[in-house]
Amino acid sequence: MLEHDVVIVGGGLAGLRAAVGLCGRYNVGLVSKVHPIRSHSIAAQGGINASLANHPNAKDDNVEKHTFDTVKGSDYLADQDAAELMCREAPGVVYEMEHWGCPFSRFEDGSIAQRPFGGAGYPRTCYSADLTGHVLLNTLYERAVALGVKVYTEYIVFTLAVDEGRCHGIIALDQSNGKLVQLGAKATLFATGGYGRVYFHSTNALINTGSGIGIAYAAGIPMKDMEFVQFHPTSLLGTNILITEGARGEGGYLFNNKGERFMERYAPKAMELAPRDITARSIQTEMEQGRGFENELGRYIHLDLRHLGEQKIAERLPGIRRFCIDFVNVDPVYEPIPIMPCQHYSMGGIDTNAVCETIVKGFYAAGECACVSVHGANRLGGNSLLETIVFGKVASGAIDAYLQSNGARPDEKVLLRTEERTEGKIKRLTTDGTEKPFSVFDDLRRAMDDYVGIFRTKGELEQGLSKVLEARERYKRIRVSSPHLHMNYELVGAMELEQMIDVAHTITLGALLREESRGSHYRRDFTDRNDTDWLRHTLASKGPDGKPVISYKDVIVTRYQPMARTY
Amino acid sequence: MNVGEIYTFKILRYDAHDADKEPYFDYYKIRVIPGLTILTVLLRIRDELDGTLAFRCSCRSATCGSCAMVINGKLDLACRTQVGSITEKTIVLEPLPNFEIIKDLVVDMTPFWNMYEKVQPYLVRTSPDPEKEIFQSEEDRKKIDQFVNCILCACCYGACPVLAREPGYTGPAALAKLQRFMLDSRDERPASALNAVNDEKGVWACDTLFRCIDACPKEVRPTDGIVGLRKQLVTHKFKGIFGSNRKEKQS
Repeated sequence: MLEHDVVIVGGGLAGLRAAVGLCGRYNVGLVSKVHPIRSHSIAAQGGINASLANHPNAKDDNVEKHTFDTVKGSDYLADQDAAELMCREAPGVVYEMEHWGCPFSRFEDGSIAQRPFGGAGYPRTCYSADLTGHVLLNTLYERAVALGVKVYTEYIVFTLAVDEGRCHGIIALDQSNGKLVQLGAKATLFATGGYGRVYFHSTNALINTGSGIGIAYAAGIPMKDMEFVQFHPTSLLGTNILITEGARGEGGYLFNNKGERFMERYAPKAMELAPRDITARSIQTEMEQGRGFENELGRYIHLDLRHLGEQKIAERLPGIRRFCIDFVNVDPVYEPIPIMPCQHYSMGGIDTNAVCETIVKGFYAAGECACVSVHGANRLGGNSLLETIVFGKVASGAIDAYLQSNGARPDEKVLLRTEERTEGKIKRLTTDGTEKPFSVFDDLRRAMDDYVGIFRTKGELEQGLSKVLEARERYKRIRVSSPHLHMNYELVGAMELEQMIDVAHTITLGALLREESRGSHYRRDFTDRNDTDWLRHTLASKGPDGKPVISYKDVIVTRYQPMARTY
Repeated sequence: MNVGEIYTFKILRYDAHDADKEPYFDYYKIRVIPGLTILTVLLRIRDELDGTLAFRCSCRSATCGSCAMVINGKLDLACRTQVGSITEKTIVLEPLPNFEIIKDLVVDMTPFWNMYEKVQPYLVRTSPDPEKEIFQSEEDRKKIDQFVNCILCACCYGACPVLAREPGYTGPAALAKLQRFMLDSRDERPASALNAVNDEKGVWACDTLFRCIDACPKEVRPTDGIVGLRKQLVTHKFKGIFGSNRKEKQS
């Protein structure tokens, strides 16, 4: 058994920030399925929200206003104590990242530049051109290198070692040599990212399988609010590469095939800068009613940046311009960008409280894999980078406090038992079966697109559920091509598929049961928000037959009573 | 109806765990519709034809730097290379040069990261942090722009002819990273920090053949960084002020 005081799983922003907070005081091991610099945080573009009030039009911005925008954006499903904590911490963590070297874009006076973003009352999104995730992740990794954080690169976590309500560490595969390892710890933090890849059309990196959420769920920790899946309004047609909300923040327009700025029908005040749930539904409606464009890659509408001019596009959105040229042969200086909405972000995740604790002692979660919840039913742009860094920091504080009074070393017997169970599972996948893992996975992600998408109905969700159950049955018969464990990506995919089926199951079931429309969850058969019955979080626990058991938990409301949500 | 043209993908196969077996090429015939990238084809091969093929990938949008390889002799990211942009009907895929192969297209990047760590790739400050941000003009911010864009994909490292003969060379990416901090108006490392690269394995090893610039998928020019570091070394040496603070010297 390898042993650390703290094992952190995930080398993105949340995991690195927690590691930086704990390293030096504790023996920390950071486990990452890819080199940390390859983590999906790198792909975030538009920015990170903090009420710095640097923008000339934002001089009276403050934490309270940021909190209100976040809660309203969440369609009142966010826990307001947690949302307030995040917004209060925001200026501090942004300044801290800047002190650590983050190269933010600047205003003329040399202060950090801020741009307008959807659903925000003020321009409060700090950015670095359209590479904000890239610069933040590099900066935090640089800090981790400076502090000498021990990193286990390309280790794939398969199982959480939990016994009688306490976590003892993890079982992981060292991909380069194919060995299973026991990593024991007094405290374990998951910062494993979202579950975008359970959908076929997603802006997410291929590594975003939601496996961490599924591993925690299998160990008895509930998933929360899984039915709330964010569909980003603007992904590039074909590849679904993200086109940042910053493109609209900088002044981009959305046009249908009649040349109309159709957002005036849906959000007359905010227009293109309405929150993502509303904008994505508006685009989908335009396309469904025949006002979109279509080619061999599918239906789309136009995001037009031409009026911004070449200089502004080159300065503020250079990455977007490059994507468009490389992947669809369109230069946005001269032509509108073909875009479509698709899966982008996981509001739901591992159920935690406001300080990242779970129901299992010594087990914590932070970042996109966690549901604190600060985003509720719909996340605002610029709040995800913020969440990763704030709650990475908060988790490090919570773990520090826990370790002060809980010094018990991990129990080797528990880890050994867990390893044996994991070995058994791998053996099953490599010895008999008739189904190709990819074929089960492909059917699953297509079913999620078809039946659990932007608009939902009882009938479609029931079809989705039967597809998930079918995948569950087929999973029992899958087999991978090679029994070797080193650099066996098919095996890793097959192991993660089990977790993806659990994730898909809880999304679909949660969506079927929630008979209202709130934020990103829109039911054509229940079009109104229903606070009397549904102002509550969905909790899903793994039942004895492997299927989710659903319960509910009240939302924490402090200052903001639910109101009608118009923009 | 079948759309698109058939290409043959000739892919290098090798397994360091089975080192007795020589490297060889496998051939896969794939029908490619317009717009497909090399990475999409690789994924299709692994998903549908051969589950044992090993290659790295993640973001599929030229951002994470995972999928650098040699594509018909040219170093690039598999995710941003469209099959249709290649005129030959046989496409050869090989792992990055100047690294040991772990399996197929996956190489051991350890030496690359060791060099990265060697240059102290982080902002060094001696002044106390202000309450708010450290001010920086947009003009100063722009000075580091091209080096900030580096995604550490190691295309430059694979392309470097010096590294092919001198594995101890720090390499273009790490030196460009050092220059990113030397040029940052907020960085306060002493000029003596350059001593670590002031030798025949550091900045003086570069032959200035610009292969790294040609290979970079993000339009970074590592040679600019290396030449810039040389200039600073020469200037400081001439003035004999190693060890003093860079900021003080400039004022």
